Amino acid sequence: MTDAALTAPAAVEEHEHTGTGLANTKLGMWVFLASECLFFGAFISAYLLYRGRVVEGPTPRDVYNIPFTSVTSFILLMSSLTMVLALAAIQRDDGRRFRVWILATALFGLVFIGGQVYEFTEFYREGLALSTNVFGSSFFVLTGLHGAHVTAGIVWLLSLWAMNTTGKLGAADAEKVEVAGLYWHFVDVVWIVIFTVVYLIPTG
Amino acid sequence: MTTVPETLPAPRPVGLLLRRPRSTTGLWSWFTTVDHKKIGILYGGVALVFFVVAGVEALLIRLQLAAPNGTVLTAAQYNTMFTMHGTTMVFLVGMPLAAAFGNYFIPLMIGARDVAFPRLNMFGFWVFFLGGLFLYSSFFLGGAPDGGWFGYTPLTSAPLNQGFLPGRGPDFWAVGLIMLGIGSVTAAVNFIVTILNMRAPGMTLMRMPLFVWMMLVVAFLTAFAMPPVTAALLMVIFDRNFGTLFFDAASGGDPLLYQHLFWLFGHPEVYILILPGMGIISEILPVFSRKPLFGYAVVVFSGIAIGFLGWGVWAHHMFTTGLGPVAVAAFGLSTMLIAVPTGVKIFNWLGTVWGGSLRLATPMLFALGFIAMFTLGGLSGVTHSIVPADTQQTDTYYVVAHFHYVLFGGLVFAIFGGLYYWWPKVFGRMLDERLGKLNFWLMLIGFNLTFFPMHVLGLQGMPRRTYRYAEGMGWDTLNLWVTVGSFVIAASVLVFLVNVIRTAMRGEPAGPDPWDGRTLEWSTASPPPEYNFAAIPRVEARDDFWHRKYTEDAEGRLVPLPAGGADAATATTAGAPPTAGEDGHGNGGHGIHMPSPSYFPLVMALGLPVLGYAAVFKSPWLAVPGLLLLLYGMYAWAIEPATAED
Repeated sequence: MTDAALTAPAAVEEHEHTGTGLANTKLGMWVFLASECLFFGAFISAYLLYRGRVVEGPTPRDVYNIPFTSVTSFILLMSSLTMVLALAAIQRDDGRRFRVWILATALFGLVFIGGQVYEFTEFYREGLALSTNVFGSSFFVLTGLHGAHVTAGIVWLLSLWAMNTTGKLGAADAEKVEVAGLYWHFVDVVWIVIFTVVYLIPTG
Repeated sequence: MTTVPETLPAPRPVGLLLRRPRSTTGLWSWFTTVDHKKIGILYGGVALVFFVVAGVEALLIRLQLAAPNGTVLTAAQYNTMFTMHGTTMVFLVGMPLAAAFGNYFIPLMIGARDVAFPRLNMFGFWVFFLGGLFLYSSFFLGGAPDGGWFGYTPLTSAPLNQGFLPGRGPDFWAVGLIMLGIGSVTAAVNFIVTILNMRAPGMTLMRMPLFVWMMLVVAFLTAFAMPPVTAALLMVIFDRNFGTLFFDAASGGDPLLYQHLFWLFGHPEVYILILPGMGIISEILPVFSRKPLFGYAVVVFSGIAIGFLGWGVWAHHMFTTGLGPVAVAAFGLSTMLIAVPTGVKIFNWLGTVWGGSLRLATPMLFALGFIAMFTLGGLSGVTHSIVPADTQQTDTYYVVAHFHYVLFGGLVFAIFGGLYYWWPKVFGRMLDERLGKLNFWLMLIGFNLTFFPMHVLGLQGMPRRTYRYAEGMGWDTLNLWVTVGSFVIAASVLVFLVNVIRTAMRGEPAGPDPWDGRTLEWSTASPPPEYNFAAIPRVEARDDFWHRKYTEDAEGRLVPLPAGGADAATATTAGAPPTAGEDGHGNGGHGIHMPSPSYFPLVMALGLPVLGYAAVFKSPWLAVPGLLLLLYGMYAWAIEPATAED
């Protein structure tokens, strides 16, 4: 954040007038993300509550493929790195590198979503649907909503890419990239929690 | 606010399909405005219409219950009426009225020209308005909600035609509430950023008017309380439509999960509704007592304490669900605990009034009414923390009496006080005092006639949500009183509406500062100009405007300052337009750069009800235009600069 302040003088002038020193959009995004924590928290709670309550059909132990999900999780986490690089590039007004890194971020996100589609299909083939048992219900809805968030993020990243290619997004708009980055990192962090709590903590 | 850097080419309006709206006056401007004051009026107007609708629903309920074996409503209609009365009062009256006052007065009170996100503000309003219409369209499209305002599972989560609720009511209810939740969260984000970021120089947090403080707490509560209920409602929708088993006990699902998630929202919601009321009367009492608020910091911290403790009491709505003795004892204790900061506030208000030179104008009457009625509601609330007694009272009219004392005796009284107090600021004309006093006394008498007997009825065992009662239960007389009282309340609202019409036609002009106010909104013209303040005020003290008008002599008596007061106020606003240095374009030609009107918040908001109908009727075809509207609105909004270049 201090880097942003050094490299984007136009934006700094803007923020000195705000009470917190944070730009309005950024503060707004922080509040929204705090709100989202409780949204995901509710679904994670539901999943935890229903652990070990499967009456019939596959249990987590029957379907999870931890090595596979670990790989796609790793790719999603790496997208946070490319997101940071994209932000640094736009702050330096380096449009070419910005486009590379933002596309890389979106691509990593897409790989993750592809992995999720594959995983859902596999689970379904093994007999786990939304309506099979409470594990299916709580698992698919939780991870599906996370996937929807990632998808929205990908659309957002691609929109930023398109705006830059058409000359509508320059160094002065670095804040827009930063706000998108906040969202993207949040979605990654939520996945760390989901991966740990849902996949890694063993259940019967 | 982000402005568009000069280096970028001005976007062509043609590329956005809709030409940028220019007009800031006339009917059409109300659809495109981003002015926080107009949006505040829109919130207030629409919420008052819903208030009348919810009132009619309440009157129908009371007609049904006026005598034993009532025949006015069928059982199914009765379910619809109490469900929609509750849902409307909470989501379409209480919250939007607070948003109305917040929108109009937060920027004025903190010395800002607008909110942090003017277009998001408009979006929030349209989502609320369209969400309300969406909920009410259910009456014509396959069944209005009938599962209670709390919508307990599995009653609401059983799939269509497989449960006890015949129609699509629960779908409309769940989708509608999610929509209203989106509107509330956007408004909350906007208020938080506005209050934290947009304060005038010198307006430190501990100099902010109490109303602004309470709205800040409310905004945080809203931002954190809506997500759990949104999650719960999504689970209901999935259970009803996509075969999930969240609340299906036979498959290991847990209907109590819904109650936990709902009340984790539902109890903070109580404070979301009452804290704005507390804020309003904390503004009114000092002005009409001519004394500063007693113990300002204590009132602020009590409000914050209520905001935190409000998260730890939700299970007192669930004492009869078999939570176990430890949980029940803990929530009983926390319920007693939250009465402490509330009690502290009551004493602060009494301390404010004590020894003041009182003016019993209508706003003050409503504020004093609030203190008395809210205290009664608070006391009956504390009785619920005694778990054995609560077990007896659950689902009886005792509970109905309790929360109406809090929400009607509290919130609605404060809202009416606020309406009488700020009406001259918003519309430039005084509401009639004689009609106002009639309004107050009718409401006070009608309110107590309606809700006090309910305590007794509840203790006698009369169950709520039951559409009729047999003869010979000993409930007949009191129920008749209650019904008579409800019509007295209706008469008082009618008096208010007459007062509004009378004022619009021949109300007395108000001037900028009719009540000798203390806060910044009284320092500008009535109604305020679009840019609020010609020059952004510099704040040097709490109640800054008061200190510009008065000083104290050696014995502590008030001495008016010659150059202060209303004269200075008119001089700042009616005087010369602001100085050079700001670029000379933008709205109003006053040299102040205000955000320009926009269609896209409305366009984007229009997508939501279309998607809502797609969800209720499970129609992917309807989802397409909904999604298109949403995306078009979103992208056009993102590309359109906040302020038009001319």
